[in-house]
Parts: sequence; C-alpha cells; structure tokens
Amino acid sequence: MKHIAVLQFPGTNCDLDTKYAFEKLGCRTTVVWHKESSLPENTDLVVVPGGFSYGDYLRSGAIAQFSPVMQAVIKFANSGGRVLGICNGFQILTEVGLLPGALKRNIGLHFISKFQTLEVVNNSNNFLQKCENNELLNIPIAHADGNYYIDEEGYKKLEANEQILVRYCDEKGERVVVNGSVTSIAGICNKNKNVFGLMPHPERALENILGSDDGIKMLEGLIT
Amino acid sequence: MTAIVNIFLKEGVLDPQGKAIHHALDAMNFEGVEDVRMGKQIILKLTSNNRDDAMKEVEQMAEDILANTVIEDYTIELL
Repeated sequence: MKHIAVLQFPGTNCDLDTKYAFEKLGCRTTVVWHKESSLPENTDLVVVPGGFSYGDYLRSGAIAQFSPVMQAVIKFANSGGRVLGICNGFQILTEVGLLPGALKRNIGLHFISKFQTLEVVNNSNNFLQKCENNELLNIPIAHADGNYYIDEEGYKKLEANEQILVRYCDEKGERVVVNGSVTSIAGICNKNKNVFGLMPHPERALENILGSDDGIKMLEGLIT
Repeated sequence: MTAIVNIFLKEGVLDPQGKAIHHALDAMNFEGVEDVRMGKQIILKLTSNNRDDAMKEVEQMAEDILANTVIEDYTIELL
C-alpha cells in the first residue's frame, strides 16, 4: 500500500479533499503539519495541496517555502522522491525552486473557479502515464494567481525536456487563454520528472456525479 | 536606520494589475498616462547603524524572500 504525506500549512484548505482522494484510491495518507521537520517514514509521495498558505501574504506560496516541513520535502525531492503540488502547492514548489518559473496574478485579475478542459501535452512521466497525449480532461480550476510565467530560455528547456504536462484548451483541443499563462500552460514537472505542479485540482474530479472523474487517472499514475 | 524595499515586476513581464489601473485611469478621462506598473513597498526598521552592513543584509532578504527574482526586480533605499 502506498503511503501519501499531505502537507498542511495555516490556510491550506484542500488537505482533507486530497486525503480523501488518495484514500479512495487505496492509499494510506497522513496529514503533516508544517512545523514537522521530517516526513513520515516510508513516504512514497508528498502532496502539497491547495489553499491559501499564510493568507497568500507577500506572494502566493512565498512564506510557506521556509516552513520546516518544506526543508524535508526539498531533501525528499532531491533524492528522487515524488512530489505533487496542486494549485497553491504548485505556487509553493516554484517559490522553493523545485519547479522552474513563477505564478502571477491572473490576466483578468479575477479569481476563476470553474470546470476547465485540459489537453495532456506529455505523458512520458509517472503522473500522466495513464493518459494519452492530446487527450482532453475535464478538471476544476480555482485560483487568482495561476498565470504561469517563464522566460524564453526556460520555456525552450521545458519543451525540449517534455516537462509541459497540461495546457488549458477548449472542447476541440484548441488552446485558450484562461489566466494569461505562457502558451496556456496549466502544469509542468521538473527535469528529473519526479516533481509535478499544476493549477487545476484533480482531487476534485473523482466522481462523475460531481462533474467529472478524470482526476482519477491523473492521481493513479503517481501511485502505480 | 530604515530600509525601503520597492518591488516591481520586471520590464517585459506583463503586469495585470498595472494594466487594470491604466484602464481605470483611461475610463476616468485622465489622459497622458503612457504606462502603469504596480509594485509593493516594504519598510524595514533596522537595528544596524552601519550602512554597508545594512545594505548587504537587506539585499540578502530581498533575494531570499522579499522578491521573487524570477519575475520581480527590487530597489533598496536606506534612510
């Protein structure tokens, strides 16, 4: 049985949804408070969930990067451990330098909360191994700072290393501008493909009766 | 000593908030505004009296946390 560590900062609000999601997929999960300086033994995957850690003060994710638990996560990731950051978790992983680029205020300044079609760009990684390239997924988004920025040189590296995971698109698979992200990027991974970050919330798409169960095949990839 | 840290998005990085303010100014008929950039200002009261040490210390703070140098530039003023 895979063991998932779900981080919890002051202001995190998707910790229990994330715990529910991985338990539904048959995993053992532990919620880890940000003051802990180590991860539970035998952790297979760390999830940095969504929310508003430290009230988004200074910048989204800026303060959380200095929490004791994040030092343990950096070590875990640098020794090859799998880490997934969702929404605020993605922002934290860019702030801490585990993922390249940064997330700015949405181009229209609004908080956007809705179901959004995503196109799978690269499935050559654990996270999206159960998805097909160019497959369309229906996953909720809910953020104000999801406008992904990376400079040209960094973007070229992302493309060359197949680090772009998903892009915002319409139902025909055409890219759409949702929040101003560079080339409509919704999620990326690091060069070693063990650290993943995305703005959309796969943990909120597990049941068709609630709109979509496309999140299952995303999360399943990480625990296979 | 007081340090004033001004943080702005880098030139070339689109500033959605600055743009929205610009639109509002246009709508209010304030003419002659070519561009608007929005930033933030952080004021630090320091115990140090040595300007060189203080500057070094604040630069480190700016690099480590106050600014995200992937997208932001900063200036430091000591008073």
